[in-house]
Amino acid sequence: MEKIIKIAWRNVWRNKLRSLVVITSMVLGLWSGLFTIAMSNGINEQRVKSAIDTYLHHIQIHNPLFEYNLDINSSVEDPLQILKELENNNLVKGFSSRIIISAMASSAHGAEGVRVIGIDSENEKQFSDISKNILKGNYFSNIKSKPALIGQKLADNLKLDIKKKLSFTFVDDKGDLQRIKFKVEGVFKTASSIHDSGNIYVKKEDLNQLLFNNSMIHEVAILCNNIDDSDILKQELQNSFPENKVETWKDISPELGSVQELMVWFFFIFMSIILLALSFGIANIMLMAVLERKRELGMLMSVGLNKTKIFLMILFETIFISFISLPVGIVLSYLMISYYGRAGIDLSIVSQGLESFGMNSMVYTHLPSDYYFKITILTLFVTLVSSLFPARRALKLDPAEAVRSQ
Amino acid sequence: MNVIETKNISKLYKQADLEIRALDNVSVNFKQGEFTAIVGPSGSGKTTFLNSIGGLDSPTKGQVLIDNNDITQLNSNKLIDFRLKNIGFVFQSYNLIPVLTAKENVEFIMLMQGVSNKIRDKRSKELLEAVGLQEHLNRRPNQLSGGQQQRVAVARALASKPKFVLADEPTANLDSSSTSNLLDIMYRLNNDEKMTFIFSTHDQRVIDRAKRIITLEDGKIISDTNIK
Repeated sequence: MEKIIKIAWRNVWRNKLRSLVVITSMVLGLWSGLFTIAMSNGINEQRVKSAIDTYLHHIQIHNPLFEYNLDINSSVEDPLQILKELENNNLVKGFSSRIIISAMASSAHGAEGVRVIGIDSENEKQFSDISKNILKGNYFSNIKSKPALIGQKLADNLKLDIKKKLSFTFVDDKGDLQRIKFKVEGVFKTASSIHDSGNIYVKKEDLNQLLFNNSMIHEVAILCNNIDDSDILKQELQNSFPENKVETWKDISPELGSVQELMVWFFFIFMSIILLALSFGIANIMLMAVLERKRELGMLMSVGLNKTKIFLMILFETIFISFISLPVGIVLSYLMISYYGRAGIDLSIVSQGLESFGMNSMVYTHLPSDYYFKITILTLFVTLVSSLFPARRALKLDPAEAVRSQ
Repeated sequence: MNVIETKNISKLYKQADLEIRALDNVSVNFKQGEFTAIVGPSGSGKTTFLNSIGGLDSPTKGQVLIDNNDITQLNSNKLIDFRLKNIGFVFQSYNLIPVLTAKENVEFIMLMQGVSNKIRDKRSKELLEAVGLQEHLNRRPNQLSGGQQQRVAVARALASKPKFVLADEPTANLDSSSTSNLLDIMYRLNNDEKMTFIFSTHDQRVIDRAKRIITLEDGKIISDTNIK
C-alpha cells in the first residue's frame, strides 16, 4: 500500500500544470461557494438580528384578539402578574410593556395609517435598538411635551422633520374618536423600510393620559438571555397565562425563521452544484490521466498489480488533489469571510432594495464553523465519486492490449 | 522437466465478419534454462503466443500448463497473482514506472510479493549491479538511456525470482551496442542462474545468440530448432 500511495502522489505531480489547474479550480470553487454562502448567511443573520433587536424581540405577549384587529380594548390580561413573573425568571434578559394604538397620522402634507407605540423611554433604551437607530434629532430628551419618534420613510411620506407637528386620530377605549398632536423629536431608520413607514414611538405616559383605562398594555416584549431558550420560556409563560397569546419571534415572523432553516438547505444545494461541476472536471482530468497512461497501467496489471490496487492508485491520486485543494480553499475562504465579517461589504448602491426586505446595506459575512467541517466531508465524498469512473475505466483495460498501446 | 507446456492452443479473433486465427493448434514444451527465440513475420502470432503462455491472453482452446497447472482455468485475479509469482516480463518499450527510480522500479514487484524491506534493498542493488547500473540506482527512467531502461526492465523481471522471463521484442528500440550489452547480461543470467528466457523477436542479433529457435507462420509452428 505504501508504494501505491507513493506512486499515486508522484503521479499527481507528473503533469504539474494540469494538476495545478484542477487544484486551482477546486480552490476557487470552494472559495466562491463558501464566500457566497457566508454572505447570504450574514445578510440573513443581520436581518433576523435587526428585526429582533428593533421590533420583534424573542417573545411577545398579546391578548389573543389583539393581533386580528388591533382593538384598543384587547389588552394583555393580568399584566402586573406577567411583569412580576418576568422579573423573577432567570431565562429573561429584559422586557418591555407597550401600549399600541392603531391611528391615522396626518401632517399638512398627507395622512398615513400607523401604529403608535407607547414605550417606557428609559427602559426601552436598554431593551431595544430604537435609540441607536436615531438618524436625526434626539431620543426623548429635548422636547418635554408629547415627543414622537418617526421612521424616516414616514417622515418622507408626510414631509415631516424635527420639531414639526403631526396629529393622530384614533378611537379610544370608550369608543370615542380622539385627535391629539405630537411633535417630532427624532427620525429613526432601521433595516426595514416597512417598519419605518408604519410605526411611531411615543412615551407611554402620554398615551395613558388619553385612555380611560390607564393601566392597560397591549404588548409585552421579552428578550431571553439565549435566543435558543425562546421556546422553553414561551411554553412556561403560556402555561402560566393561558388567557394570553405567547409567541416567539419565529411564530410572529415565520418567514425569518424559515429563511434560517432554508440556509442549511441552500448551503448543501449550492455547494453540491459547485462540487458537482468540479467533479466533472476532476473526472475528466483523471480520465485523461488514465488514457495517457494506458501502457503503464497495462504493464502494472501484467506484472501482477491486482485490480484493487489499480483502483486504489487512481482513487489516491484524486484524494491527494482534494487534500491539497481543500485546506487551501477552506483557509482562503475563512480568511476572506473573517475579514469581511469585520470590515463588512458595502452594498449601499442597492440599499433601497435591501431595506425593503429588511436588510442592511452593510453586509457582514459569517459562516458557522460546523459548515467548514460539512464542506470538507462533502468535498471528499464528491471527489471519491468523481474518481470512480476513471478508476473503473482503468480496470477495464486489457493488459495485453494496453501494454502495446502508444 | 517441462516448465511450460502448451497443448493444441488456438486463438481466434473476430474482426467484423472475418475470423482471424492468430494461433492454430500450437503444442510446444519449454524446459528449465532454455534461451529461446520465437521468430516469424509480423502477424505470425508471436506476441499472441507469448501472451498466452504469460497468462495475459487466454487461448480460445487448448491448455497452457505451467509446472503441470493449467493456467487457462484460472480466473483473472488468480492469473494476476500467478503472473506476479511466476513470470518476469520485459516489454518492447521498457514500460518502467516513470515516477519511480531505477531501484524503486526493481523493488516494486518484490514489494507486491510482500518481500521485506531489507531483502528488497539487497536484491534490487544486486540485480542492478548485475545489469551494470549500480551507478544509476536513484535515477528515474527519463534520466536513463533506452538501453539502460531496458536493463532496468530485465532487473525488474528477475526481481521476483520468476520461473521464466518473457521478452516481447526486447531489443526493438535499442542500438547495436545496447542490444549486445543486454544480450550479454541475459545470456549470463541464463548460464549462471539457469533462468529460462523466451523472446519474440525480429532481431537477427538476438536470433544469433538463441539456443533454440521456434518459427511461427500464420499461427502455426513451422520449425523448432535447437542450436548446438
